[in-house]
Amino acid sequence: MDFLREFWDFLKLRKKFWLLPILLFLLIFGGLIILTQGSAVGPFIYTIF
Amino acid sequence: MSKILGISAFYHDSAATMLIDGKIIAAAQEERFTRKKHDSGYPFNAIEFVLKYSKLNLNEVDQIIFFEKPFLKFERLLETFVAFAPRGFKQFCRAMPVWLKEKLFQKKYILNELKRHEKNFKDQSKIFFSDHHLSHAASAFFPSPFEEAVILTADGVGEWATTTVAIGRGNKLDVKKEILFPHSLGLLYSAFTYYTGFKVNSGEYKLMGLAPYGNPIYKEKVKKLIDIKDDGSFKLDQKYFNYATGLTMTNDNFHNLFGQKPRNAQDENITQFHMDIAASIQEVTEEIMIKLARSIRNEYNINNLCLAGGVALNCVANGKILKEKIFDNIWIQPAAGDAGGSLGAALALWHIENNNERIVNSNDDMKGSYLGTEFNQEQIEKELISIGAKFETFEYADLINNTSEYLSNEKAIGWFQGRMEFGPRALGARSILGDPRSDKMQKNLNLKVKYRESFRPFAPSVLREDLSKWFDMDVDSPYMLLVANINLDKKN
Repeated sequence: MDFLREFWDFLKLRKKFWLLPILLFLLIFGGLIILTQGSAVGPFIYTIF
Repeated sequence: MSKILGISAFYHDSAATMLIDGKIIAAAQEERFTRKKHDSGYPFNAIEFVLKYSKLNLNEVDQIIFFEKPFLKFERLLETFVAFAPRGFKQFCRAMPVWLKEKLFQKKYILNELKRHEKNFKDQSKIFFSDHHLSHAASAFFPSPFEEAVILTADGVGEWATTTVAIGRGNKLDVKKEILFPHSLGLLYSAFTYYTGFKVNSGEYKLMGLAPYGNPIYKEKVKKLIDIKDDGSFKLDQKYFNYATGLTMTNDNFHNLFGQKPRNAQDENITQFHMDIAASIQEVTEEIMIKLARSIRNEYNINNLCLAGGVALNCVANGKILKEKIFDNIWIQPAAGDAGGSLGAALALWHIENNNERIVNSNDDMKGSYLGTEFNQEQIEKELISIGAKFETFEYADLINNTSEYLSNEKAIGWFQGRMEFGPRALGARSILGDPRSDKMQKNLNLKVKYRESFRPFAPSVLREDLSKWFDMDVDSPYMLLVANINLDKKN
C-alpha cells in the first residue's frame, strides 16, 4: 500500500497521469505471467484467453 | 550526533559513505571487498565496513539515503519506450521484468537488504532518495575548498539528466540547467568505447588512454553525430545510435559513417584506425567540455569550478579546461563516478534538506580520499602468516631506502599503507610503484604485473615544489584527475 501511495504522489507531482494506464497494463500482465509460472492458477487463466 | 548513511547501487560502482555531523568518516566501494570490478550489487560489505569503522550499528543511524530516484528512472524508461515505439520493444521486454519485480520497489528492497545488517531494523521513514545529478553536484561542491562555485556534472545518464549546471553557495545548491536523455556526452563516449571493442561503463578510461597514440582524423565525422552549440550544449543525432531502443550502443548508420563494424575484442587487434577514432572522440569531448566551461564562466561570473560525474574522470579533458585558464580554481571530486553518489547524496541530505551550516575547508574535506579500510602491522603480519607468505619487516628508514633502490633498479613495488582510497584512482595507499624514467616500465607493469593492454597509462608522483620543473602545470593535483604535458627539456 505504501508503494501505491508513493507512486500516486509521484504521478501527481510530475503530472504524468498518462503513465498510469501503461503501468496498470504492465502490472496486470506482469502479475499474470508471474502467477502462471508453475502455479495452480495457471489452468484457470489459460481458459480466459 | 547525526549519522547519515549514503548508498549508491544497482547500476555500477556500488558504494557506501558514513557522515557523522556532516564530517566524512568512511567511504568505500563494494568492488574492493567482492573483487568484482564495478560491482553493482547491494553494497553489503561496504555498508558493513562504514558501520564498523564508525562504531555504529544500523539502528543508530539517523538517516539513510539512496543516490537516485527509481520512480523517475522508471518514468524515463516508459517515456522513452513510448517515444520510440515500436522500435525498442525487445529492450523494453528485457528491462520490464526486472523493474516490475525489483527496481520499482527499491525502497522495500533496500529495507530488506538493510535487515541483513540488523535483523530488527524496520524504520522505513529513515530511508530517503536523492537525485542522481544532485548527488554528483553535492559530491563535487560540499567537500570542495570553495565558498561559492559553479558545478558542472556530466555522465551517461541518471534519471533524466545527463549534464547539469548548478551554483553552490554556502550550504545551498541550485540546479540551473540540464541536458536530458538521450542527449548525453557520457553515452557518446561510451558509444565509441563500444565501437572500439571495450566494455561500456568500464572501458571508457581505456579509450582515453588509447587516444594519444592516434591522430584525430575522424573529428569531422564525429561531429556529424552531434550538434554542438556555442555554449557547449549539444544534441546527439539518434539515427546513429541504438542505446535508446536496442541492446547495443551504435547502429549500422554509425558503422557505415566510419567504414568499419565495431571491433570484436575476442579476435580483432587494436589498429591505427581504433587509435585515430579514440583521438577524434577525445578531442570532440574536450571541445564540448571547454565550451561548456567557458559559457558557464561567462554566464555566472564565478571563479571556481567543481566537476563530478563519470565524464569528470576524463583527466585529459580536465587538464585542457585547466590549461585554458577559464576558471581561477578547479576542484574535481576524486570519486566522480557513481560511487561518489553515495557521498554526494549524504552531503545533500545533511546540508540542503537538514539545513546544516557548511564550514569550508581550505584544503578540501576529502582527507586525501583516504576514506577506506585500514590495517595495522599486527593484523597484516597475522594475515601473512596465515597464508604462509615469506616476509621481512623493516624499520621505516630502511623500508624507504630499500624501496628507492629497488625502484631505481627497475623493479615494481606493491605499496600498501594507511586507509584505502575512495574512487577509482590508486593514490599511494594501494598502489603499484615503478620508476617513470625507465623506457620499459609502462610496458612491463602493464603486461607482466597488471596483465592488461600495453598502452595503458600510469600517473607520476612528484614533490609539489618540483611540479613546474617537470610539467606544464602549477596547481595541486592530488587526485590524479588533471593531465598536463611534460616540459620539453624533460622529454627524452
